[in-house]
Amino acid sequence: MIAALRKEMLLQWRTRAQFLAVFVFGATSLLLFSFAVGPNAEDLRKFSAGFLWLGLLLSSTLTLSESFHAEMENRALEGLLLLPADPRVLYYGKAIANWLQLTFLGIALVPVMVVLYDAGTTRIPMLILVVALGAAGLSAPGTLYAAMTAQVKSKQTLLPLLLFPLIVPALLASVKSTSLLILGDPMGSLGSWLSLLGAFDAIYWALCGLLYGRVVEE
Amino acid sequence: MHETANNRYPVLPFILIGLGVLCLAFGSYFGLFVAPPERYMGEVQRIMYVHVPTAWNALLAITFAFVCAIVFLFNGNFKWDARLEAGIEVGVLLAFLLCVQGAIWAKPTWGVWWDWDPRLTTTAVLLFAFLGILALRKFVEDPVKRGIWSAVATIIAYVDVPIVYFSVRWWNSLHQLQSSPATVSSQFYIPLRVNAFGILFLMTGFIMLRARLASLRHVNEIAPPPMMAEEAGELA
Repeated sequence: MIAALRKEMLLQWRTRAQFLAVFVFGATSLLLFSFAVGPNAEDLRKFSAGFLWLGLLLSSTLTLSESFHAEMENRALEGLLLLPADPRVLYYGKAIANWLQLTFLGIALVPVMVVLYDAGTTRIPMLILVVALGAAGLSAPGTLYAAMTAQVKSKQTLLPLLLFPLIVPALLASVKSTSLLILGDPMGSLGSWLSLLGAFDAIYWALCGLLYGRVVEE
Repeated sequence: MHETANNRYPVLPFILIGLGVLCLAFGSYFGLFVAPPERYMGEVQRIMYVHVPTAWNALLAITFAFVCAIVFLFNGNFKWDARLEAGIEVGVLLAFLLCVQGAIWAKPTWGVWWDWDPRLTTTAVLLFAFLGILALRKFVEDPVKRGIWSAVATIIAYVDVPIVYFSVRWWNSLHQLQSSPATVSSQFYIPLRVNAFGILFLMTGFIMLRARLASLRHVNEIAPPPMMAEEAGELA
């Protein structure tokens, strides 16, 4: 599994220009969201958590659908499956790599949000935790669906079509937690949203790993 | 069932559909003309006699698809893939009808077409999730991959339904609480039950017909082209 993860990280390091491009895409969408609401600073601050997560979600479809690009060239996936390793190891290697990438992307988008919407928080470690948990919720089913859609023709359409309805609970919990961090949490409900997010992550990291072997088998 | 019955004309689904139409006709007549109007919501409440049975059956159809997905992953028999396709398609249709009926009822009652209530939102999410799976099936040409992938996607999406429900419930709630037969007068629940069975019969009939269609399509798909089949016949 370490080897699988190392391979993914190496690939991502070599395509770091792509990460930068996706980040710029995410930042651009954050800029565009503010045009939907208008220049009212109060409204923008209120919706900032939602914008951050929608921006990350849109960017994630780009990184996820690209994540099987290398495997599809020269039928490399078949070669990997011939290795004496459990396909689940390949799944977890890729899912962890995607998770790290999305977490960094989310953390990189936070300053953009703070500058554009004046939506800062002093609880930085907590915010990083929320971003990491939310990114985990996106990457577990996202990696599984990317493995399917990478092999069909219109992958750019199909991946969001399958992924977006599925991650509604994770999106809801991430937006809610982030906005509680930014706007204050008078009811102390942050913990329950975080546990919902954690439960979603646990279920899908287990379930998708279990099912991945059937998805890639020939 | 389908291997032997392929050439025979399917009778049972049509009997079930006929029975379903009869039940719906009786239940709707009873619900529209015999049952008294509800005290607070008035005549609008009568949509409940189709709305609640649709909801039960939509969930039933999707659950059926989920069971088919699990069985297909274990035994790889394409009979179950055909049933999965039928279950999802009928379930998506019922979920769509459910949203439409709900909107028709919500406008006079709540004053809005749509509300972010847990059951409403869950139905919409379910509708879109399973529409996505139907789209996936259209894009994958290899029948084996199509079967396995849609079974996997069905399992993942089905597991999501309760999570969506509870997360939206924490987020917002306004919907009518469920009533149990004990709290409702018999004049209300007779049309409800008759209609529920009506839709159940219709749904079962449709699923059977649709599964038969999917099976026939699959047979057609894996069959060798006619030229090769003839050659094979000559060789034999």
